[in-house]
Amino acid sequence: MEEPKSSAPSSRSESEKAEKGDGAGAAIILFFILGLAASLLVGWIAFPALLYSEKRQPVDFNHALHNEIVDHGCASCHFFREDGSFSGAPKLAQCVECHREANSDDPEEIRFVEEYVKPGREVPWLVYARQPDCVFFSHAAHVRMGGIDCAVCHGPMGESTSLRPYQENRITGYSRDIWGWNIAGIKRNSWDRMKMDDCAECHAQARVPGGSVQTQKDGCFVCHK
Amino acid sequence: MKIDRRSFLAFVLGGAAGTALSPLPWKLTDDISIWTQNWPWTPVPPKGETTYVASTCTLCPGGCGIRVRRVEDRVVKIEGRKDHPVNRGGICPLGAAGAQLLYSPWRVRQPLKKVDGRFVPVSWEQAIGEIAGELRELREAGSPEAVAWIADTDRGTTAELIRRFLTVYGSPNFIRTPSAQDAWETALYLTQGQRATAGFDLERTSFLLSLGSGLLEGWGTPPFVFRACGAVRDRNGRFVQVEPRLSKTAAQADQWLPILPGSEATLAFGLIHVILKEGLERKPFVASRTTGLEDLRRNALREAYAPEAVAQATGLEAKTVVELARAFAAAERPLAVCGRGAGRVPGGLQETLAVHFLNALVGSVNVEGGVIAVPEPEYIRWPEPEMDAVASKGMQTPRVDGAGSDRFPLARYLLNRLPEALLEGEKPAVRVLFVSGGNPLYSLPDSERTAKAFARVPLLVSFSSFFDETAAAAHYVLPAPTYLERWEDVPGAAGFPKPVIGLARPVVAPRLATMPTGDVVIRLARRLGGTLRAAFPWESHEVCLRQTFAASWEPLRRNGFAIDESFKPQPFETASRRFEFGNADLKRLAEFRPLPAPGDPGVFKLTLVPYDSLRLTAALGTPPFLVKALESEILWKNDIRVEIHPQTARDLGLADGADARLVTPRGEARVKLYLTEGIRPGLIGMARGLGREAHDRFLAGRGVSTNRLLAAVEDPSGFEAGWGIRARLERA
Repeated sequence: MEEPKSSAPSSRSESEKAEKGDGAGAAIILFFILGLAASLLVGWIAFPALLYSEKRQPVDFNHALHNEIVDHGCASCHFFREDGSFSGAPKLAQCVECHREANSDDPEEIRFVEEYVKPGREVPWLVYARQPDCVFFSHAAHVRMGGIDCAVCHGPMGESTSLRPYQENRITGYSRDIWGWNIAGIKRNSWDRMKMDDCAECHAQARVPGGSVQTQKDGCFVCHK
Repeated sequence: MKIDRRSFLAFVLGGAAGTALSPLPWKLTDDISIWTQNWPWTPVPPKGETTYVASTCTLCPGGCGIRVRRVEDRVVKIEGRKDHPVNRGGICPLGAAGAQLLYSPWRVRQPLKKVDGRFVPVSWEQAIGEIAGELRELREAGSPEAVAWIADTDRGTTAELIRRFLTVYGSPNFIRTPSAQDAWETALYLTQGQRATAGFDLERTSFLLSLGSGLLEGWGTPPFVFRACGAVRDRNGRFVQVEPRLSKTAAQADQWLPILPGSEATLAFGLIHVILKEGLERKPFVASRTTGLEDLRRNALREAYAPEAVAQATGLEAKTVVELARAFAAAERPLAVCGRGAGRVPGGLQETLAVHFLNALVGSVNVEGGVIAVPEPEYIRWPEPEMDAVASKGMQTPRVDGAGSDRFPLARYLLNRLPEALLEGEKPAVRVLFVSGGNPLYSLPDSERTAKAFARVPLLVSFSSFFDETAAAAHYVLPAPTYLERWEDVPGAAGFPKPVIGLARPVVAPRLATMPTGDVVIRLARRLGGTLRAAFPWESHEVCLRQTFAASWEPLRRNGFAIDESFKPQPFETASRRFEFGNADLKRLAEFRPLPAPGDPGVFKLTLVPYDSLRLTAALGTPPFLVKALESEILWKNDIRVEIHPQTARDLGLADGADARLVTPRGEARVKLYLTEGIRPGLIGMARGLGREAHDRFLAGRGVSTNRLLAAVEDPSGFEAGWGIRARLERA
């Protein structure tokens, strides 16, 4: 008497289980896929969009146009100082050498003269390639001693007719150009990324001295002083 | 389909897998690590062009040449100038931290006036106008001598402008802050007839005997003295430090003689005794270039200065005294120096004279490797100003500090006597007091009495660039630019054996609404009109500076300093044209008696001796870099530690690091103990420079000021000569 009593409910429950099990399995897979899809969307699209804030350069500078006029290419404005340090983005004083007055009808040039040259205000250029403060980088070592072309790291900047937007990382405050515009970190050109691995890649190829005496590995202190 | 726990877990799992397959975790980790390695709130100097400006440091009387590194127009580093004759590339910690003074957030930003006990910003126009009004009133009332001015130097154009102003106004009360130079200048004048400062040719000496001078603790021009101390050893010379505690100087010396404090002069006389008794003096020098040795003989050959008696008084052994005297006299170029610690306290005149006699006996006066009288610079030759009757009458009145009076005929300035003078009478003798250096409310002993005295002055004007104790107590603060923002001629380098003039120049444009003190003087004079206006034909201090140097301005500006490399010590200017061990002036001096530490030895069983540290400043506020670098033997968290000998601690039942109450006849303070065998038993060593009430939050409220516990002690010539005070320690 007792056995059927006990078996009946159990068989019922098993069949219920089986029924439920099919539905539950589908639901589990569905929710897994939902979770996967949502997080992939967040990780690949929402996160990069949230991580960077986009800024425009204060003046839309035309590199190509200037490059045609000047005599010494990039070094006409981005030059080495007497002590070997690199000047980086030009100061207003250099611009003023030619742009005391507007030289054309270009509204951007006229705005530049009105807003910066006349009041003597420095242009707050946003530097795409600025490395974090913990990195020591010497242009002299790379350009003068290493003979590396500007474009190897900076790309064909000199051919651009307009300054692209500057994306600032909201966490670090540095430019997106350091990580690279591809959020996955994939690069096609040498100038696509400026992370430590990219520096190290070239340093390893060029067998840059300065490695650790103890470990015979690349030296941290070459760049992190 | 039901959403249950399982489906939720599946969603989470899917989310985790998706996140891991997205760049989010890796990119976020990377960004956070970059963020933590470059905290955005950590100040980083701007990137830009690096330039160097050569200037002169004025933070102490050292006058070192500095090379200031700037990025764009921001000062980022101060280094010693390698081509400067005084410091030759060396720099002391204070000089290196100078940029922190320039950018200190606790600088006085504009002129301030105290209204109902609070400072309110006022314009320069208003501040100078109101002070000129007070000065005019006082002058019209016929008491111009009720104005006094405290400055930290009496040389250079700013000091001369101040003195000229006081003279034409009618006050003789220009007061220079005290230092060991006071006693040295007087000793040189008495024995050599020369108005000069004492230079020490430390680099060429072969036996350096320091009677308590903190040669590695800020004495003289630190980088010069540091190098010289090293040079003595490089030449196989000998360097003996006589001091009650094992200071950094004593630790570096070849021999440390832990003397009983206050008995240094007795030791000097004891050494003279041995030298004379054994005939060890340099006979050719003594015979040909000195006179009056009989007077010294009579004094020094007394039983009181015999080795046994000296051993008794100094706590050293008799044979040590004799050996020291013999070795000193036998050395090729011996040199004895004095001026306790960093040399900020004049010390007794007799003590300095004893050391000077010791040098003269061994022929080390005005010769290579000895004490050299460096003449005061004479480049300021302005036309004599015209004075009216009020000024002439005022200048006839005796000085408020008593210097030059019948009682103290030798002293030129006695700031230490000013508090007493201010406390006398129903109305204080000084109605308007200007302070352009020295921070007397902190740096004078017996802080409570000093504060009480200064509080009686109806108009106290401070020129401090920082909120120091004197500025906080002032009625007006007229902030001067720091030394990195102004022109200043800096004649002389403390203790340097050659005449040198440095030039401080604006390394950056003035950051705040400050005004050079010289400009304030000129403006005050113009406001007052009459003879005062006529005495100041210059538009500004800078113009005055250029005109004063005239043809030598351009070379000075270009080079940053001027030195007389061919300088040779001048002949003695006494009546006998010799060095005088005895003369009428010396005879008039009161007989030497060691000055005891004030206080009843029955009640106060121990003796508190202050000491100087290179990382702490006396008048000026110590910059944060140095506060941070203070040893835990001096500052433990916010408590000052005092040094006592383990034996003293045992007697008192106190342990290392214990809290204690330090009581002196002048005050009491909570201290922490530091047990060390590097101090004589029975003494308490305490660092000067802490216990600030004003200044920045890095410095204020830490430790205790020694001056709160010390009493003023003056020698018969009027000089501040305190070296300690009786004290006791109690369990806290």
